[in-house]
Amino acid sequence: MSELFPLKQVMGFVFSLILTAVALSVYFFNLSFSTGMIILLVTAFLQAGLQLVVFMHAGETEDKGAIYTNVYYGLIIALMTIFGTLLVLVWDM
Amino acid sequence: MDFFERFAVPHPSFAIYASMVAIGLTVVAVLAGLTYFKKWGYLWREWLTTVDHKRIGIMYLISALLMLFRGGVDAIMMRAQLSAPDLKLLDAQHYNEIFTTHGIVMILFMAMPFIMFFMNFVIPLQIGARDVAFPRLNALSFWLFFMGAMLFNISFIIGGSPDAGWTSYFPLAGNEFSTSVGTNYYMIAIQIAGIGTLMTGINFITTILKMRAPGMTLLKMPMFTWSAFIANVIIVFAFPVLAVLLAMGTLDRQFGTNFFTMDNGGMDMLWANIFWVWGHPEVYILILPAFGLYSEIISTFARRNLYGYKSMVGSMVLISLLSFLVWAHHFFTMGQGALTNSIFSITTMAIAVPTGVKIFNWLLTLRKGKIVITTPMLYSLLFIPLFTLGGVTGVMLAMSAADYQYHNTMFLVAHFHNVIIPGVVFAMLAGLTYYWPKMFGFMLNERIGKWTAWLLSIGFILSFMPMYITGLDGQARRMFTYSESTGFGPLNMVSFIGAGIMAIGFVLIVYNIYYSTRYASRNISNDPWDARTLEWATHTPVPEYNFAITPQVNSIEAFWDMKKKGHVIFKGEYEKIHMPNNSGIPFIMSCIFFVWGFSFVFSLWIPVIVTTIGIFVCMALRSFENDHGRYISVEEIEETETRLRGA
Repeated sequence: MSELFPLKQVMGFVFSLILTAVALSVYFFNLSFSTGMIILLVTAFLQAGLQLVVFMHAGETEDKGAIYTNVYYGLIIALMTIFGTLLVLVWDM
Repeated sequence: MDFFERFAVPHPSFAIYASMVAIGLTVVAVLAGLTYFKKWGYLWREWLTTVDHKRIGIMYLISALLMLFRGGVDAIMMRAQLSAPDLKLLDAQHYNEIFTTHGIVMILFMAMPFIMFFMNFVIPLQIGARDVAFPRLNALSFWLFFMGAMLFNISFIIGGSPDAGWTSYFPLAGNEFSTSVGTNYYMIAIQIAGIGTLMTGINFITTILKMRAPGMTLLKMPMFTWSAFIANVIIVFAFPVLAVLLAMGTLDRQFGTNFFTMDNGGMDMLWANIFWVWGHPEVYILILPAFGLYSEIISTFARRNLYGYKSMVGSMVLISLLSFLVWAHHFFTMGQGALTNSIFSITTMAIAVPTGVKIFNWLLTLRKGKIVITTPMLYSLLFIPLFTLGGVTGVMLAMSAADYQYHNTMFLVAHFHNVIIPGVVFAMLAGLTYYWPKMFGFMLNERIGKWTAWLLSIGFILSFMPMYITGLDGQARRMFTYSESTGFGPLNMVSFIGAGIMAIGFVLIVYNIYYSTRYASRNISNDPWDARTLEWATHTPVPEYNFAITPQVNSIEAFWDMKKKGHVIFKGEYEKIHMPNNSGIPFIMSCIFFVWGFSFVFSLWIPVIVTTIGIFVCMALRSFENDHGRYISVEEIEETETRLRGA
């Protein structure tokens, strides 16, 4: 029975619904801009990671290494670019 | 008539009208010639619909050479205008348009397709594959690039050239200061070509990761394949940034958004910032494959294996990461604080370390080598000292405090030409001479080739070394004239003479192709340079399936070890070969893209909507198409192999 029941996918689905609900709460509660943005960003990235691993099956094939290397390399460059841009245009002007 | 007035050139001159007539006559002549010689069917079957990586490569080469001459004419006009104080050959507006198109054409429509030519022609042969991973996507990449380039090139006769510099900084590039459609051409034409480049990046990463010959592990790949692999990784990470940036620029110019405007919450410096997030990695996309070519050529003609293979690979991986961490050094004077400038100064200087490792590796390859000075080797030997000079001035520019002196002067112009010409252009010409026999079955004349290399080097030194001096003395870049009292006159005249010598060098290349086509011996072996890698292991001309039997590799220099150590790389019998079918869809889709782009430039929305639908129809047709390719039978392979062996 445990092989037939896709526990991981069901849990993933429930968790993604929870994440959506949390993100949606930003609209209904009167939060400050920065609190709202933090909640949105955190839930967005968790959601993206969840979709990638559970529903797009990253890590279930033999090119697992290539997929994760690619994702991490992309994340590093994206974060460097974003924080570098913030440094150039906002924090150190 | 109101409708047609928008296509007029806003700032015409005799030269522009003359070019209009010349372009019109050329088009008529080409069409008439094709009809007269009954070549339409041949052109369609063999070239426009081809998915063969070798033919697509050759089409990239032809485009790159054409664009080299377009950009070269721009360069000569600029040097002529600056050759003496207060000249009136060009006015300010024309000068602006010419330096803008010179930059774009040379970087995106000359150097990029030249790199694509080498990747297309060489990589599948070098890794022992039959074609790239997605042959039809490859054809689409080429035609999108080609249509983008053509769209950009008609700008100066229809509607006006872009004139805000190849960097197209806002607010200058905004509607307020660039009123003609020129900058729309910039946004749309580069967008179309950029989509093609992004597809090439994905295609070649897949090809290199998935289609290597059995036994060729990552650390047994030839150095050019390694360098192209890293360059394609950078393409995939950098070109989406360009696509988004150009889309934002288009929205600002044509749809009234305020990303880069001065008011309504826009931030004009954001353009410069994102432009260089793409722009700096772009520089490494150009130079890394050039380094790869030098590695192949130097090791072939030093007659020994490449020194420090692993450190070469490691330094390229490091360069690919660092290339994304240095972009702010293009605008040290923009107004950010000392902390930011210091951080970007240090990351910039750090790039000199892996680059230096590569230079020393080449020098140590030459050491104790039995050097044969052929034309490709001559270019490589001239490259090492000249490029190092450019690298050293790069470290000077990297020091942010000192950069306030050099910023936007001719010193900067001298620096980047000093790295691009010996670094990229010499590599392209060396590689062209090196791979010419593999493509066309005869060798380019060595004597003329060496004259060309020396003329280009002397011309290069004469045109760009004086700019370092005038730059330090304060001559700003992009100024269309200067007064006599500045004292810049004599050195600029030297530059003009140097540019003239370089022009003679480029004309000699054309003469060399003509001369060698007529007189060179066709009786050459498959391996005329005594080279070391797999692309020389097949016949000349290369059959469409590349290798009759897939090679099996167990060393870095598989072909050399086959020749000298008796390794057997072709084992087994002929088997039928699966090849992709030709398709007209990439060409047709790209033609629709051309019309789409042209309509978009002039904000003609109805044709834009119609052509957008057309593009999606082409994609849908591909999705529902049932095309499993075709097989080449064993008899046909045997026949081809016997014929090629006999020849």
